[in-house]
Amino acid sequence: MTARLAAALAMGLVFGLGLSLSGMLDPARVQGFLDVTGAWDPTLMFVLGGAVTVALAGFALARRLPQPVLDARFDLPTNRRIDAPLLGGAALFGIGWGLSGLCPGPAVAALSTGAPPILVFVPAMLVGMAAFRLVQARRG
Amino acid sequence: MHPYLAGLAGGALIGLSVAGLMLLNGRIAGISGLVAGLGQDRGERRLTDLAFVAGLISGPALFAWLSGAWPEMRFVASLPVLALAGLLVGFGTRLGSGCTSGHGVAGLARLSPRSLMAVLTFLAAGMLTVAALRWLAP
Repeated sequence: MTARLAAALAMGLVFGLGLSLSGMLDPARVQGFLDVTGAWDPTLMFVLGGAVTVALAGFALARRLPQPVLDARFDLPTNRRIDAPLLGGAALFGIGWGLSGLCPGPAVAALSTGAPPILVFVPAMLVGMAAFRLVQARRG
Repeated sequence: MHPYLAGLAGGALIGLSVAGLMLLNGRIAGISGLVAGLGQDRGERRLTDLAFVAGLISGPALFAWLSGAWPEMRFVASLPVLALAGLLVGFGTRLGSGCTSGHGVAGLARLSPRSLMAVLTFLAAGMLTVAALRWLAP
């Protein structure tokens, strides 16, 4: 378990370092990417391209392994349906992303900067997540 | 470093993290799922998710230490708009089972049609939202 904890910590650190280097912690730059009718900033495409390329190689390697290096099994999503919750949720997320220029990764990573807007956004995001759990519990 | 090159290099590190968490621990590095899991999961899973999030939060500080400057952050939205956006991002990522990392990086790298549809949807919604903002306040 110690090894898995250390791996998770190290991978989180690499993720946060990558986000910082990529410029994606900057909400104005992210909104610039979404601003296709204005002064479009393509940086996010380079970030996503670099990330997906490396992850693609990693997942190709993972498919050849019987199990992860430090654990008993791969934990992969099994839901393959393209349905209303998926698209509705993605649309709501996209609206919030466009309004703020923030998505969960950069927002959480930026907690260490102590920037006041982050200290408003992240608690609101946690309230949104808790609200989803409440709605889900009510609907059974 | 040119912003595009920094983006590519930073993106490669993000991909390394996503690949590494899968190869080592067998887990998808989806930030919205990991963060929501902190309030739901118990036992070891909660601890490993907490370790990942602690690392994630320390990332910008490590960057500042290595490069001598904190990453640039320019906030455009007012605090009430940020609060509304936070609610939408929190609720939407749970309803849609993922965000830019889980669907955007891991899902696309797994060639998941479900993630591709999610990515196209949140990109379109984000672009329409920014276009509306520009139209309302040019």
